[in-house]
Parts: sequence; structure tokens; C-alpha cells
Amino acid sequence: MYLLYNHLPPGIDPLSSENILLIGTGLLTGIPALGSGRCDIAAKSPLTGGIGDSNIGGFFAPELRMAGFDHLVITGKAEKPVYLWIHDEEIEILDASYLWGKDTFKTQSLIRSEHGDEEIKSLVIGPAGENLVRFANIRTGMKNSAGRTGMGCVMGSKNLKAIAAKGSLDIEFANPIELLDYCKDMIEMVMKNRYSRAASKWGTLVIYSATNTTGLIRTRNFQLNQLEQGWDLEPEEMDKYTIGMSGCFGCPVSCRHRYVLKEGAFAPIFAEGPEYTSLGAFGTMVDCKNMETVLVANHLVNKYGIDTLETGGLIAWAMELYEKGILTEEMTEGLRLEWGNEGVVLELIKKITFREGTLANILADGFKVAIDKFGEESKYYAIEVKGMSNLHSDERPTPSLALGITTSTRGADHLRGRPAIDLYGLPKDFLEEIYGGPMSSDYRSYDGKPRMVYWQELLYAVTDSLGTCKFQTVFLAVHAPKWKEFTKLIKLVSGMEYTVPQLMEIGERIYTIERMFNNREGFSRKDDRLPERYFKEATPIGLPRIKDRKMDKEKFEKMLDEYYTLHGWDENGNPTEETIQKLGIIKEQSQII
Amino acid sequence: MQKILFVDQEKCTGCRLCEIACSVHHERVSNTSRARIHIVKWETSGLYVPMFCQQCDTPICETVCPMNAVKRDDKTGALLINKDLCVGCKLCVMFCPFGGVGIGKNREILKCDLCDGDPICVKFCIPSALQYIDANTINLRKKRVAAGRLTELMKKLLDVSL
Repeated sequence: MYLLYNHLPPGIDPLSSENILLIGTGLLTGIPALGSGRCDIAAKSPLTGGIGDSNIGGFFAPELRMAGFDHLVITGKAEKPVYLWIHDEEIEILDASYLWGKDTFKTQSLIRSEHGDEEIKSLVIGPAGENLVRFANIRTGMKNSAGRTGMGCVMGSKNLKAIAAKGSLDIEFANPIELLDYCKDMIEMVMKNRYSRAASKWGTLVIYSATNTTGLIRTRNFQLNQLEQGWDLEPEEMDKYTIGMSGCFGCPVSCRHRYVLKEGAFAPIFAEGPEYTSLGAFGTMVDCKNMETVLVANHLVNKYGIDTLETGGLIAWAMELYEKGILTEEMTEGLRLEWGNEGVVLELIKKITFREGTLANILADGFKVAIDKFGEESKYYAIEVKGMSNLHSDERPTPSLALGITTSTRGADHLRGRPAIDLYGLPKDFLEEIYGGPMSSDYRSYDGKPRMVYWQELLYAVTDSLGTCKFQTVFLAVHAPKWKEFTKLIKLVSGMEYTVPQLMEIGERIYTIERMFNNREGFSRKDDRLPERYFKEATPIGLPRIKDRKMDKEKFEKMLDEYYTLHGWDENGNPTEETIQKLGIIKEQSQII
Repeated sequence: MQKILFVDQEKCTGCRLCEIACSVHHERVSNTSRARIHIVKWETSGLYVPMFCQQCDTPICETVCPMNAVKRDDKTGALLINKDLCVGCKLCVMFCPFGGVGIGKNREILKCDLCDGDPICVKFCIPSALQYIDANTINLRKKRVAAGRLTELMKKLLDVSL
């Protein structure tokens, strides 16, 4: 983030050669615990125009470290398609013309064949990245994606098809023997949580059972908050298709399915996933009550290298615009965008990837461009923040979650500051102990919730930087490793001693730099907003505690004020000079690049 | 009874915790190319097979070793390579049909030693794909799993006949 802030001049076109692409592994990448196979990818986002940042698991990051590199900074643009081949302290730029046009699976296997080494791990883009779809992602393996903010689009704009790595160098530790013991403790701590154990059986799909039963799931874009008769999307349905679970590097949970589809128009398919996200993207939001459709759609977005959530969010929005008559059949070129029309959903995934037809070509540019093209009326129905689609979660009854999606620096997002444990109704004193301030334990309350979001933002920023998995800290599991455990791991790995407040300050610094990056691009308080519907339409169904709820504008603004104060930002969301000084953020360009 | 390192491939999730733990335990670093165990994957069809030294009863490594450096540990049954005798000819690496013997970055021979009877990989295998169990219970366990599948079939047959 620091490199991005200090090396990108403001106002550049994200698709120009001036944009830089950063790939950073973490201090804990490669340890035997906590899903340590992660790296972070950042650039200026072609989707939002603000900070672009996406974290990816799998097996690439440790391979990169074992090849001798912790951090890659990619500048400029290649004249023709190329890929990077990184092996034991060497980086080669190789011709990728024969890979251009290939899907993400094929690209990876062709690179392995070229070098005769099946152990090579690659970050790749698919056709969506090549076609500069603004929410194209970067992928590795069968399932892992740096999904959000269009990092694959940036790679495509640089004519960079892939980054392949293979290493045999050591990742060294300050105290390896104690580290190994402590990692075992960490694994036990993670697996004691019921969420982790459930996820190791059904993946993130387990969340569906809770959110759909209660009424916290976006259905028909934003018309309903529960998918009635949505039994076919229950996690247990996956038992029909799964051959086992699959885990990222160093993960004891293994939260994704390896599944097989033997029948249907797209069969045979072997794929991995789907996440809860895809269940919403191609299930509830578009009103498809069919697990097989979700499984096919999940496979297609992964194959093409396109963000599952943005794609589903845009299609659901287009369906509502079609229903309201804002999108006419003439504009859709004959496509009948009716709720639950599975064929259209699958067809649109392909059309958006290849920018086929007027409608898909507009959708491929994301919400910001599409709202301009479809007119002001379409904006009301767009469930996005800062130009990025929200998850299929309905936050109207839950102010803490609603605040989290608005303050998220990269646009509407559940992985930036979501205090998901607020939904558990945990005892007040327990919550106050975790978050360090007074707050209500009722998830419908506004009291103390800004502190929850603030705290989670710092924790997630640090977790992403360390190279471990968010699901193995306080996200959905309550008793998971957090600050104290991280300081100990950092000490065992590097010998560096941090206190918990020091580590939290690093989180502050990361988040404040992201904020400064955005503000420099013209973002401010006006962009930390909820879609109007959150204030105007109440939830129509769900449990009594969830039904008939909408957000209160005045209370929401008050939350935002409180939130800014916690971060040390002014009432417009600008970090104060005092905060910048305190965090030691240097505004001048460094000489690193 | 002698214990053996047993693998249930169906349970393996491919997370490679076994590999990392093995390399940290033996080499004090995280480097999967120096681990004694490796999960071979067919990624596009989702098949994972952990591979390691089988501690064979008729060990080819022992047969081909010109220095008689391969000896069996009486307690664990592991085949151990005596570093003082080993001349690094790598015949064991070439002849082992399982890839059970490897070469490290300092040209040292890498081979599973069953961690002196307490394999670290088993401790880190959360889905229990790797187990360290009595050799003579293995086929009983497998029989029970197979019989379980047969019982399912029998139930179906009985339902039909009823």
C-alpha cells in the first residue's frame, strides 16, 4: 500500500502503462499453520478508480518465497503477450503468445508442460483479463482467485498473461523448533471453533443455512432477503457432487469442495468450490434455486478469470432493470433477463467475458460505467459502494455490517471490515473485551458498532499483510488466533518483537494509507454511502427480529462520525495531519522503485 | 507390533501441512523441496496422493547401496542411512520405485526416518489421511470400510425384496 501510495501519481488511467502491479507475500507466508499460502495483489483499480487490492490463497505465494522473492513490483507494459518465469533467484520474461486466449486452467497446464515440471505454481489471467473486463481476476490452481477490484484487468493491460514460480530455497525462521510447536497450538486453536469444523465439511456454504433461515440474504437483487424454497442450495446438497475437500497451503480447515458434475449440458466438469459468494451470485441474487446452475457458473467464472461476485451482482441488477422496464428487450438484444432464467445467467457470464453484444460490453465495465449508460434511474437499483458490487448479504437489519461495506476502502466488501461475529449475539462484556470499548450485543443496535468495524479493519489489514487466512482469525470463528498470537508468531519467525498496540498501529497505518490513496483520487465521505434502498425499503420477510428493518439515515451518519474519530480522520474522512504524523506516513516518493 | 505410516488417500485435502512440518522438523526451514513427504497432485481431476518412503521389507535402497549405509532401525522399522558411510552415489535415489529417497540442496540424502517413532507429518495431518498405526490392524480397518459399503448394498437389496 505504501508503494502504491508513494509511486503512483494521482489521476492516472488504471489501464495505462503508468499503473503498477504489486504482489506481496507476508512475513508468515510458508509457516505450517493458518493457511499460510497467501499473497496480496494491489494496483490502482480499473473498476473503482480507487485502491485496488485482492488477497489470494492456494500455493503460489510460498512457491514465490521459495524461489527467492518476497515482493514483486511490476511496472510499464509489454509490447506483446509475455509471462514471468521465476525460479531460484532468477526472473525471466518469456513469450506468452501461445498462451493468449487460453483459459485459466489450460494456461497453467501449458506452462507446466513447457518447463516439464508439474510442481510449477502460476498466477494467471483468463480471457476476461485479456479482454480488459474491469472486474477480471487473477487466478491460481483450480479455485483460488484474487477476485476483487479487477487486478486481472491490470495484468491484461500490461500484456502479462502469467507469473509462474518454482523454488527450492529455504524460508528461514528465527526459532524453528518453537515455531513448529506453536503452529501445532495454532492449528488446535483454529479447529476448536465450530465454524472451522463445519467449514472443513461443507466450506463457506455453511453460512447459507444461517443467513437464509433468518433472512439476511439478498434475493432477486435486493427485492427479498430470503430465498423461499431454496432447499436445493443448502450445503448438504453438495454431498451429491463432492469427492472430497481441498485445502490451501498450510491450512488445517480445507474449506472447499472438489466436485464433479456428470450430467447436464456442460458435463463432464471437475471443479473446486463453490464459495458462499457464488451461491449468492448465481443462486439467490438471480433467483436460481438450482445447485447445479451454481456449480456450472462457478466453473465458468473460474475458467474465464472473472470475479464471481461482481458478475452475479451485475446480472442480478440487470434483471431487476429488465423487470422495471429500464432495460428493454431491444437493449438486451433479445435476451430475456427474467428471474431464475438459468440459461441467460450462464450465457451472460460468457458474453461479459468476451464483451459480446452491447449489454454485456457495458456490464463488463462495471457499475460506474453502466449506471452512466443506463441512466440515473438505474442507480437506485444498483447495490454497490464506490462502484463495486456488494456481497449477497442484506445488511438492513445489521448496522455494524452495513457500516463495514460503506467504509471499505476498495468498495462494497465483506472482507475489509465485517464484524461477522456481531450476528452471534455474544455476551456484552465478552464483545467489549475483544473490541476494547462499550457496545451493544444486539446486532440490530447502532451502539458501539463503529468500534467493531474499526477493529476488524485493522485486524484484516494485518492478517492480509502477514500472508495468512482471514478465516483463521476472528472473522466467523470467535476464539481464533488474533493480535497476541500474531505477535508471538512474528517473533518466532523473524525475531522481531511487537506489542499488541504496535501491531494494531500497523493496521492503522495500512488502512489510513489506503484512505489517503482514495482521497487523493477524489473519494471522501460522500463515497462512504449506502445504496438509498437501505434507508427506504424495509426487509419484507425473515425472522421477527429481522423482518421490517431498514437503516436509519441519521444514526448511520452518526456511526460514520464515530468511525472517523476512531481512525483519527476528520469529519470528511480525511486523515488529520496529527494522525499522519503519529503513524509516521511519509508523503514523499521513496527511492524503492 | 511394528507400526507403519499408513495413508488414506481419500482423506487427503492436499494442504501440504505434512510437507512443511517435515521440512521445519528436519531441516529447520520451510522448504517443501527438502521435505521427506510430498503430495503428488492431479490438480485438474482432484486426486491427491501423499508419497514417501515405504520402509520396504526387501529394500532396494539397501540392496543397491555399495557402502552398506542403509540399516533398519530395530525399534521403529525405519530404514536409516548412515551419513558417515554414505558416499553420495545416489543409487538409492535412482532405484527406489517410489521416489522415497531424495537429494537436498546441499546434496545430502533426504529420506523418511519415521521421526524416531513419532512422525511429525501425522501430527499435522488434520483430516487424518496420514496415520501411524499397528501394521496388523490395517487390513482389519480396510475390511470394515469395505464391509460398510457392502452393507449399504445389502440394505438396498433387502428393501427391494421387501
